[in-house]
Amino acid sequence: GWPRRCGIRGRAVMDLFGDLRRMNKRQLYYQVLNFAMIVSSALMIWKGLIVVTGSESPIVVVLSGSMEPAFHRGDLLFLTNFHDDPIRAGEIVVFKVEGRDIPIVHRVIKVHEKGNGNIKFLTKGDNNEVDDRGLYKEGQNWLEKKDVVGRARGFLPYVGMVTIIMNDYPKFKYALLAVMGAYVLLKRES
Amino acid sequence: LRKNVEDFTGPRERSDLGFVTFDITADILNRKNGLQTFRNKNTLIIFDWNVKQLFLYLSAEYSTKNNALNQVVLWDKIMLRGDNPRLSLKDMKSKYFFFDDGNGLKGNRNITLTLSWNVVPNAGILPLVTGSGHVSVPFPDTYETTKSY
Repeated sequence: GWPRRCGIRGRAVMDLFGDLRRMNKRQLYYQVLNFAMIVSSALMIWKGLIVVTGSESPIVVVLSGSMEPAFHRGDLLFLTNFHDDPIRAGEIVVFKVEGRDIPIVHRVIKVHEKGNGNIKFLTKGDNNEVDDRGLYKEGQNWLEKKDVVGRARGFLPYVGMVTIIMNDYPKFKYALLAVMGAYVLLKRES
Repeated sequence: LRKNVEDFTGPRERSDLGFVTFDITADILNRKNGLQTFRNKNTLIIFDWNVKQLFLYLSAEYSTKNNALNQVVLWDKIMLRGDNPRLSLKDMKSKYFFFDDGNGLKGNRNITLTLSWNVVPNAGILPLVTGSGHVSVPFPDTYETTKSY
């Protein structure tokens, strides 16, 4: 029965619906459980990454061109956020401005640290003319440790483009989900 | 890696502003020391197949009464793969304003200037490397009132 499930083409679609009707309730529940297991495993891996890296968002997609030519829109960044890692000039940090959801990836250009460990720092995008003070909250001149989501430790180019496309073209996202859902529900272990 | 500086300071509002001019001579290819050895098989190749670019920056590190540690990036440069790896810049002015958080530059005898760089690979880990060789710079005890910068 493999050829019937390869690709969505005219005749194959009718066969798919035939399959659906033929499955009895037990098989359906089994497939749904299978699907739920896959989703749970993925979530567990993600949570595990959060614990291991110390960052609330260990993998982020670069959204703007402000760090070109190093990073372009759509690149993927891997972050760590260890508590004992000091923030130093030259490091690439991902931070969130208080009250805003969008993480920003820029470089630390100024650091002032007190003896008690209190740090305040300033960031700037490599590709920007000016520092980030204009991006911070009204009246805020410096960033602090609590604003940091993580430090960029590794990167993969282009891979994050998928999430950007899904954001900009929601229809693509639904189509992708529908195809994935159909595949998982109908896949049968022979 | 050698730098020479001459400097004077001026206060703006209530923070010290330092001015530094510097020369940079650096051979990024050979990290071990400033010497160039053509036949040395142990020479580290910095620009290998997986290096897209280097982000170089000159940072000043010092401590003040207000803050135990201060780091200010004075100048940066992007060096793409294929660019000349040997830098020989003279009489450079700092790209960014060297403001202190307070008045800690006046009379500060020990400002250390270091050249470091961020290796940006085509894919993979992003290391930060500090070049060997750094220079200590003292700031004078008095402010300059002439704005001749």
